[in-house]
Amino acid sequence: MSTFWIAVLGSSTLAFMTKFLGASVPQSLLNHPRILRINNLIPVALLTALVAVNTFADKTKLVLDSRALGMAAAITLLIAKAPFPIVVIGAGLTSALAYRFI
Amino acid sequence: MSVKRDSFSVAITVGAYGSAFGAAAVSADFTVLQTCLLSLLLFSGASQFAVVGVIAAGGTALSAIATSTLLGTRNGLYGLRLAPLLKLHGWRRVIAAQITIDESTGVALAQNNEEDMKKGFWYTGFGVFFFWNLFTLAGALGAQAIGNPSAWGLDAAVPAAFIGLLWPRLTDPKSWVLAGLAIVLALSFTPFVPAGVPIISSALLAIIIGWRR
Repeated sequence: MSTFWIAVLGSSTLAFMTKFLGASVPQSLLNHPRILRINNLIPVALLTALVAVNTFADKTKLVLDSRALGMAAAITLLIAKAPFPIVVIGAGLTSALAYRFI
Repeated sequence: MSVKRDSFSVAITVGAYGSAFGAAAVSADFTVLQTCLLSLLLFSGASQFAVVGVIAAGGTALSAIATSTLLGTRNGLYGLRLAPLLKLHGWRRVIAAQITIDESTGVALAQNNEEDMKKGFWYTGFGVFFFWNLFTLAGALGAQAIGNPSAWGLDAAVPAAFIGLLWPRLTDPKSWVLAGLAIVLALSFTPFVPAGVPIISSALLAIIIGWRR
């Protein structure tokens, strides 16, 4: 089997096992109030970190590029209480323009 | 916010980014079949880009698998959060596991009641799955036609979608503190550790902050 096939099938199998294991932890283990609190906070932490990395990182380098302007536009629109699709389109448009002209 | 509108917006935006993945994979010498299988079977954007990136950079299959799995760890943590809500058994757990990703979790958490959270998870999961795979195929076939995703602002639209989903959840001081610390931690780790580690390490902050009332 080629490197490509091993990479494709190996990573796919492990990705599914990770997802399935998370969904299979018994309820009784998750009902403790402390676990519930932590469990509610984990996605907030992960998704915020994901946003930061997707905005300011290029692999393992920190960069300031058109995406930062797109994100600034998104936050401005959120503060102005714009609906969700407008936030996404506004950020994309701003970033595309910045990419084109800067 | 309407759960259908949220789900559809996310599915289209993120799905369109699948074209960038398709193009990237084919440019890195993956066949169209292998590219489409990654989107169907692996189905987790960051992990898919990692597989392609590592192989394109001359890495081994093992390092591609390791990086991809590390990036996918968070899907398991999302599953922990979603399982009590979705109350899964049998084959529904298999399907739900496959579509447990950043987007389906994000939309679910952005809703105000359990009913909408469930709908948000399923609509977004299936929606992203459909569009992501469709656009992967389109990107793989038309690798050159799309060009650079940055020129279309797609690289900013995706994080913007996540911040838009998180925003309504940031209601109490504890969430704001957690979000702020997660940003600082993730960015300060970025130059020193492999991609994926900065994101997953932020889970530690949730444990520390959630430990005390």
